[in-house]
Formats: sequence, structure tokens, C-alpha cells
Amino acid sequence: MNRSALWRSFRLATWLGWQIESNWTDPFLFAIYSIIKPITGAAILVIMYGVITQGRFEDPMFPYLYLGNAFYIYVGSIMTGVSWAVIDDREHYRTLKYVYVAPIHIPLYLLGRGVARFLTGSIAVVITIAAGVLFLSVPLDFSAIQWGLFLPTLLFGVFMLTMMGLLLAGLTLIMARHEFIIGEVTASALYIFSGAAFPLEVLPPWLRPIGFAMPTTYWLELLRRSLVSDVAQAFPTLSILSNAQLLSILIGLGVLFAALGALIFWFCDRLARERGLIDITTHY
Amino acid sequence: MSIPLAVETHQLGRVYKIRGNRKEKVIRKELVALENVNLEVQQGELFGLLGPNGAGKTTLIKILTTLLAPTSGWARVAGYDVVTQAAKIRPLINMVSGGESSGYGLLTVRENLWMFAQFYGIPSREANQRIERLIEMVGMSDRLHTKSSDLSTGLRQKMNIVRGFLTDPRVLFLDEPTLGLDVGASRDVRRFIRDWMKEDLTRTIVLTTHYMVEADELCDRVAIINRGRVLACDTPAALKQRLQREAHFEIETGSLNGVNISMVESLPGVRKAVLSGAKGMVRLKFTLAEEAALANVINLFTQQGVKILRLTKQEPTLEDVFVDLVGRSMTEEEEGQNAEA
Ligand SMILES: Nc1ncnc2c1ncn2[C@@H]1O[C@H](COP(=O)(O)OP(=O)(O)OP(=O)(O)O)[C@@H](O)[C@H]1O
Ligand SMILES: [Mg+2]
Repeated sequence: MNRSALWRSFRLATWLGWQIESNWTDPFLFAIYSIIKPITGAAILVIMYGVITQGRFEDPMFPYLYLGNAFYIYVGSIMTGVSWAVIDDREHYRTLKYVYVAPIHIPLYLLGRGVARFLTGSIAVVITIAAGVLFLSVPLDFSAIQWGLFLPTLLFGVFMLTMMGLLLAGLTLIMARHEFIIGEVTASALYIFSGAAFPLEVLPPWLRPIGFAMPTTYWLELLRRSLVSDVAQAFPTLSILSNAQLLSILIGLGVLFAALGALIFWFCDRLARERGLIDITTHY
Repeated sequence: MSIPLAVETHQLGRVYKIRGNRKEKVIRKELVALENVNLEVQQGELFGLLGPNGAGKTTLIKILTTLLAPTSGWARVAGYDVVTQAAKIRPLINMVSGGESSGYGLLTVRENLWMFAQFYGIPSREANQRIERLIEMVGMSDRLHTKSSDLSTGLRQKMNIVRGFLTDPRVLFLDEPTLGLDVGASRDVRRFIRDWMKEDLTRTIVLTTHYMVEADELCDRVAIINRGRVLACDTPAALKQRLQREAHFEIETGSLNGVNISMVESLPGVRKAVLSGAKGMVRLKFTLAEEAALANVINLFTQQGVKILRLTKQEPTLEDVFVDLVGRSMTEEEEGQNAEA
């Protein structure tokens, strides 16, 4: 497939995803998904934290979980977004077979849909963090942000999460019955195992290795460090590792998961053609 | 170099494995959807696949459009193998399934079509020109900027049909394009298909239908397919010709002037005659062993001074061909299959 075909697969999917996700014409729905939902999620967390710690919001634990939770929005929206593109196109819009018949690169098409989710998800992330800084005194000092670490980490994360989404999209393709839950289940599981809202030490020791094997753990840690360095390093989980070490692990694991995503998608895609699942509908 | 066939299949077969529900997990059924299908479609042909529900039409279309792998035999489209060279085929084809409404509801008609044109690398300007022309041809010009979710089912289907033609495919696959459309819209779509084929004689369409008239009226050649097997494949005229060992005629007249059925039936070459009609209009239907015997009937009428108002030859329909091949009508065949299922 030539380069222009690859590029247009990605570009058009991003355009389409943006059109679908950013339903600007309905400000009410937009407000619910991009503002109210993330803020509510953060509020629940804040209240629970407040009750459990009896209001110790000055503890480094608070920005740790607040920022982890905010950036975790990306995991949910990008990763599950890619697999939802399969469900949406196949069952809701009934276009998946026409997309498949077209001379485009299907994985890049799905990745494009994931990147669109990154763009719309960013609105929720920014709003959540802004709310934290303004109303909950999350200590975010703009002059101390390490942009050189933050931006590459963020972008690598987008790539990594879309590829992990591709893995789920592959599984979604071949699951004809319970495909709707797979994205949600994975996103919830990763929330626990990525140190999003609490350090991995909280988990029983035999469960911790799962967390250490997930690239999202290192990704969230690096994002926190690049924004508020000392606060994040006050935690034992990964504090023995330098930024450079964390980054190497993140890239290593990220590339591994990306390769896994590509491989599994390729395999599932073939299986779906063999079984005739590209245009199956379960009428949900 | 000779022009490759638009479509070629060799001993093509497809078996579906049917998994039972959870309770009967052990029970696995195999369903033969296609068996030893051999077809050749020439470039420039409007080729029809005619068969009842469950005949395997959609399965065949899905294989030819690279959406489904065959379980035996092989198929080529534009000279390329559907399994090993799928990426070479896709830029050259397009596909439309009727009877369903697809499309991104949040996008307008124009945006939906524009995006699919972009998938094929058609420059924006040209795409927009084509969209406007095709949308006008299906009479939807006033809906160009309507969100597709706001279209009626029929209009959404028309939009989908335009999407198929938009990319000017070398081979276009239409799976029951008029399914679910009303009489007027179906006629529009059939006219649209014919006009499109006339514009460029190298274009090819493979169309499935279970409407006899549609296959008859539209297709250069028709393959009659039932329970996964191709039973016959020829031009509609030639298919019907097979039944024409006997010829059926009908004469309309004001009055028979004393001619009666036994007189007609006693003429050489006449098999059977039936009289019908009301006051002032008599209809005589008769079957001839061979067409040459028609002269005898005409002579009799002329001798008796009967004025023939109309003489028509009753053509057998593709329905008759199907009955001849399968032993029952297409509706009966569908009901029979449903009863078994
Ligand atoms: N994915 C599938 N899994 C199992 N069986 C299938 C599948 N798709 C089709 N079949 C079966 O294969 C047979 C042929 O189906 P197909 O859809 O090709 O028929 P068709 O000629 O298009 O019928 P219709 O006029 O109803 O569209 C049917 O018995 C159908 O139940
Ligand atoms: Mg069908």
C-alpha cells in the first residue's frame, strides 16, 4: 500500500472521529461528556479521599491521585475509543464492511479514530486539572513544569494507548456477543494496576507485578513527575528510578505492547474474514 | 494481453460453522452456503445472481468483495485472487447492500459521500462534482446538506447506492439494491443502474436479487442459484428459451363468429385451447407444439371472418425457469427452507 493511502486512512479517520466525538451541535451533550462527567469522577475521588484522610489535602498523596486520575481519562478515551470504533462502525453506523472494502489501511484507520479521542479527551483532562488547581489547590507551578519531559511522554502515550486499543479492537472484531464490555473491563482493570489513584504498594504483593508490567504505570508516573516533580517522588513505588530510567522502561514496554497490538489485530482480522464477522450485527 | 475476466470463480465453496448456544455447546452444525460455484463474468456485463432467501447470494458477494474467505476453490476479481491479492482488488471495486440503512448519522449526505470518495483517493473537487451529479440523478439534490440521520430509510439507501457508484469502480457489486424500496424508487434505481452502464461500456456490475422481473429486465446474463449451487447461467432470453419447446399465444377478439374450442383444438399442431373473457371481449389462449402451427389458427379465424384485435405471444418468465429447475416456485422454496430451519 502506498504512502498516500496510509496517510489518508489515518487522516480521514481522525477527521471522522473528531466529527463524531465532538458533537458541537449539541452543546448539552458536549458539556456532559467533556465537562460534567470528568468533573464528577474527580469529585467522587476527592470526597472519598477527604473522608478517608480526614481532609489532609496538603499531603502529597492528594496531587498524586488527582493528577493520576486526570490523565487516566486518556486511557479510557483513547484505548477504549479504538475498540469502540469497531463496534460503532459495525453495529451502529453499519459502515464497517464499506470501510473494509475500501482501499485503506484498517489499523491506521482505527488509530486515527483513537487520535480523535485524544483530541476530545484532552478537553476533559485540561478541565479536570484546571478545576483541581483552581478549587482544590493542587500544587501546579507552571514555571516548574518540565515541558521537555511532559510533551514527549504525552505523545508517546498517545501512540502506546492507540496501539493497545488496536489490540482490544482485534478482540472486539472476533467477539460477536460480549464485545461491548471488553473495553470497559480493560480500562477499569488498568485503573487499579497503573497506580492511577493510589500507589502500587496498596495492592497485595502478588498483584503488584501486574502493575509493574503495564506501561501505563510508568507513563502516569512520568507525567506526574514532569508536572510536579517533588510531590510525585515522595512515593516509594518508583522513586528509586530516575526519569531517564522510567522513560526507558516506558519506551521498552510501550513498543512491546504496540507490537503485541499490531500482531493480535492482524491475527484477529484474518480470523474475522475467515468466519465472516466483518458485518455481523448483534442488534443491541 | 487479453482483458482479464471481471469475475471468475472455480469450484468455489463456503461452509459456515454454526455454534449452538451455551446449552447445546456440543452440537456443532456445518452449513454449506456455497458449493462448487463456477462463474465467469466478462468485463462490461451486467450480471445477475437470482435466488431465493438463503440461496448464498450475499455469501458470494462477500467473498468477491474480500470480506469473507472461501473454504474451498478460488475466486478472482479483475484478474486478482480474492484471498492473496485482496489489496489489489479493493481500489477497483465497490459494494452496496440494499435493505439496510448505513451511514454516519452525524455527517451530512455530502460529508458521508465525500469521506468515502476520499478513501479511494479521489481529489476533493472531483469528488464534489461527482457527488452533485449522482445525487441529482437519484433526485436528492435538495438533501445534500441534510444530516444522514434525518433521512428516511429509502433516501438513506439511495445515498448508499450513490456511495457505491461514486468511486467509478471497475466492478461494482450490488446486493439486492432495491430491497425495501417502493415501486417508484426501485424503478429509479434500475434506470440509474442502466444509465451508468451505458456511460462506459467497460464497467461491470454483479447484482443479486430475488425479484425475477429485476433480473429479467436489467441483466445481460443471469445465474440462477439455489441452496448454494448455480443451477443455470445464461441470458434471460436463453434461459426462457429452454422452456420454449411449446409456444403460448393469446388472441383477443370482439366475437368468435361461431368458432369454438374444439375447432381450434382439432387443428394440426394445436395442443390446447382455453376460452375466457366477458361481454364484447373474448380471449382465446392456446398452446402450440411448435410456433409454425400458428398459421393454422390464423387461417381458421380468417376463413370464419373473425376480426383479431390483438395477438400476443405469452413469454415464459424466469419464475417458470426457476420452477422448471427446482420443481417448486421461489416463494415455496423460501417457505420450505424456513420450515426446515
Ligand atoms: N455468518 C454466518 N454464519 C452462519 N451461517 C450463515 C452466515 N451467513 C449466512 N449464513 C447462512 O448461509 C446461507 C446463505 O446465506 P446468504 O446470506 O448468503 O443467502 P442470500 O442468498 O443472500 O439470502 P437473502 O436473500 O436472505 O439475503 C443461509 O442459510 C444463511 O443462514
Ligand atoms: Mg442476502
